[in-house]
Amino acid sequence: MLILTCPCCGVSAEETEFHCGGEAHLKRFGPDSSDSDFETYLFQRQNPRGVHFERWRHVNGCGKWFHAARCTQTLEIFGTYPAQTTEPPQALRDRIAEKRPGWTQESVS
Amino acid sequence: MSELLTPLLGKSYDGLVQVAELPRRGMITLRGDISTATMRNVTTGLTGTAMPGRGRVELAGDGMLAWMSPDELLLVLPADRVPRALERIAKDLASAHHLALDVSDARAMIRVSGADAAVRDTLAKLAPVDFSAKAFPAGSFRRSRLAQVPAAFWCAGAGDFGLICFRSVAEYAFSALSNAADPAGTVGHYA
Ligand SMILES: [Zn+2]
Repeated sequence: MLILTCPCCGVSAEETEFHCGGEAHLKRFGPDSSDSDFETYLFQRQNPRGVHFERWRHVNGCGKWFHAARCTQTLEIFGTYPAQTTEPPQALRDRIAEKRPGWTQESVS
Repeated sequence: MSELLTPLLGKSYDGLVQVAELPRRGMITLRGDISTATMRNVTTGLTGTAMPGRGRVELAGDGMLAWMSPDELLLVLPADRVPRALERIAKDLASAHHLALDVSDARAMIRVSGADAAVRDTLAKLAPVDFSAKAFPAGSFRRSRLAQVPAAFWCAGAGDFGLICFRSVAEYAFSALSNAADPAGTVGHYA
């Protein structure tokens, strides 16, 4: 059971109040992109064992989308942050690096 | 004009607590920048309440103003005042991007009342919310789920809780609440 804190309304709740929207920070390839880029955008995911950045929606709450960083192996939540960003905040990356020595965001992307 | 009926026809159930549909009231959902003075003035003027903070509800007489999300408020007022209220909102917020809609008949409103601890126990059986008196004091407002459907809960005072859910699931919500309030289902968690 994951306990997430929605950065939009401040509520902390277990995962049944939320809905996961898959991997975060994907680069979108739309019309006029190559078939291979479009395929990568649609289907290719990191699926790491460990640190993962995800999109979540507070579906049974305030209804807003936000981001969460968690460990797929231990289910630890490192933190949540607003949806209006293209990359995780530095403070969160530092905290993750502290908890997972050797981890860098570049090591997964 | 047709007679407007509430989804549960005023049904009530007496068990560990009382579960009862509230009489029909006007409800307006209002989205936009809720931090502005204009927004505060028009909403509090219509409901006769103070402005609720994040995760809070303000109640006064037959008016209620609830914080639904960072850009959404719910106004509750007598049903016959809704058309005038919508006109007023359109006028006062004419230059502000917003959306206002009469949702009076889109929702069901249910009151759960009785001994404070028993009411909190009943609701906690159905929602992933900490309903302890410390975490959920009077004036708290929380959107969550009630068993399998979305619902919003608030605490008006000791042993006096209200909730809204969509009209289409009113029967389900009422049944789930009545079942949770079955006299054989005492939990005593918040006692
Ligand atoms: Zn939220």
